[in-house]
Amino acid sequence: MTEPAVDVTRAEVVAVACAEAWRGDGEIVASPFGTIPAIGARLARLTFAPDLVLTDGEAALMANTPSVSSARSDFVLEAWLPYRRVFDVVWSGRRHVMMMATQVDRFGNQNISCIGDWARPKTQLIGVRGAPGNTINHTTSYWVPSHSPRSFVEHVDMVGGVGYDRAAAAGPAATRFHEIRVVISNLGVFDFATPDHAMRLRSHHPGVTVADVVAATGFELVIPPDVADTRLPDPEELELIREVLDPRRLRDKELPA
Amino acid sequence: MVDKRASLDEIVAELRPGMTVGFGGWGSRRKPMAVVRAILRAGIGDLTVVSYGGPDVGLLCAAGLVKKVVYGFVTLDSIALDPHFRAARQQGTIGAMEVDEGMFYLGLLAASQRVPFLPTRAGLGSDVMAVNPELRTVTSPYADGEELVAMPALVLDAAFVHLNRADTHGNGQILGPDPFFDELFLGAATRRFVTAEKIVAPGALLDEGPIQTVTINRLLTDAVAEVRLGAHFTSCPPDYDRDEAFQKQYAGSGADADAWKVFSARYLEVDEPGYQAAVRETTEQAARAKAAQ
Repeated sequence: MTEPAVDVTRAEVVAVACAEAWRGDGEIVASPFGTIPAIGARLARLTFAPDLVLTDGEAALMANTPSVSSARSDFVLEAWLPYRRVFDVVWSGRRHVMMMATQVDRFGNQNISCIGDWARPKTQLIGVRGAPGNTINHTTSYWVPSHSPRSFVEHVDMVGGVGYDRAAAAGPAATRFHEIRVVISNLGVFDFATPDHAMRLRSHHPGVTVADVVAATGFELVIPPDVADTRLPDPEELELIREVLDPRRLRDKELPA
Repeated sequence: MVDKRASLDEIVAELRPGMTVGFGGWGSRRKPMAVVRAILRAGIGDLTVVSYGGPDVGLLCAAGLVKKVVYGFVTLDSIALDPHFRAARQQGTIGAMEVDEGMFYLGLLAASQRVPFLPTRAGLGSDVMAVNPELRTVTSPYADGEELVAMPALVLDAAFVHLNRADTHGNGQILGPDPFFDELFLGAATRRFVTAEKIVAPGALLDEGPIQTVTINRLLTDAVAEVRLGAHFTSCPPDYDRDEAFQKQYAGSGADADAWKVFSARYLEVDEPGYQAAVRETTEQAARAKAAQ
């Protein structure tokens, strides 16, 4: 067994955790938001999830798997997918999106709309975008680069992405295709594998303690008795991240070492 | 056949205060910005603005011409948030209907098809249903009995899109990679207006690109105006990319009232040729400053 590299960064650990989110998804569109999720989706395709479908971020699907800093001229396109057609994919369920969340709560409700009362917000953000439709139609995960009691909150200010409690309350048409798979932050990986789908700490990143995670979370997390470290990249993954997918280290800008 | 050519001012003269108006494009991409500038000059207000929102929404908000915005998001793409839309929301000066961007698509499609609503799962369980109390659900009349969101038709009084090419009869061509929802904005509207980088003779659009790029047919248009750089500062590929330096200036105009006054005086209180001349001057100044470094 190869010794893990000692100089692995948090961003590299998170990139692998993001890749793991798409494990087993087969031939579906992986839609990552953010640099490290983009590295993760590409890493998954180059390793254990070769059938994943990736977009060029514009109006096409991409046949090759270039680095996250590649120019458009490096892209090899395989099919046309303008915005209007994206909804055919979303509503067919053949997609797993990893969105970002300004706020996420205990049951996986997500907010990127506004802070404060929606009627007259303290801070207007981008809007719900496609979060309501994504979460109700296909698998959704979240990436939260800055884990704090302000981002992991008891109740989000505006439910865009629908969590487990809200989906259940809305009935069978809402729960039928609903799955919040994981929430990944700079501190750990979280899932909803609990009887009432309350958020659970699945792993903390190397160097992070359970106490760190609890202190940074604004609600009561489910903490299993033995929580492992998030796994380290294996040598092949590390080489792919460093040499192929992100040679210019954009990951360090999103998550400084 | 009818020659549908008109001037920008003739098109905007058809607008009235209080109308519901839709703008094509997406975020800061292929927005009918010359039309927005003409509306600002005409000062037509009390508008309900329906848009995959970008600086079209921001400029109209900054000028105080907006009663309500119907949107799924408002963004400048390379700059995440539009400062003027934010300010208007935070100061409570505009009304809002915020929906999922797929619901928005179905609202335009329903209006295009003259049906009152289309069913969707999108919206179920989210606060979109709470903040828009007029939204209703509908129960499937079939054996499944599913309860779905009934997205109401987004019926528009007028719609504006900016295209790469059009012909004098009002057929329109999109040479860039994404037609967005322009066809549906036109379909959802009573009065339908196209601006284009270049207007050609009927039949000559095929000299510009293959038939599949002529996605707007003349059944969907009432008037066309040739406006070069009509989407500036948003992108209009392959004719031009987004003017990122100018967009930064625009975003900076949201810093305070003085910044907006300066921006507005230089770029908006002039006619369209005056705007384009001011933009050229700014670009040339920046180039000279760079060369001098």
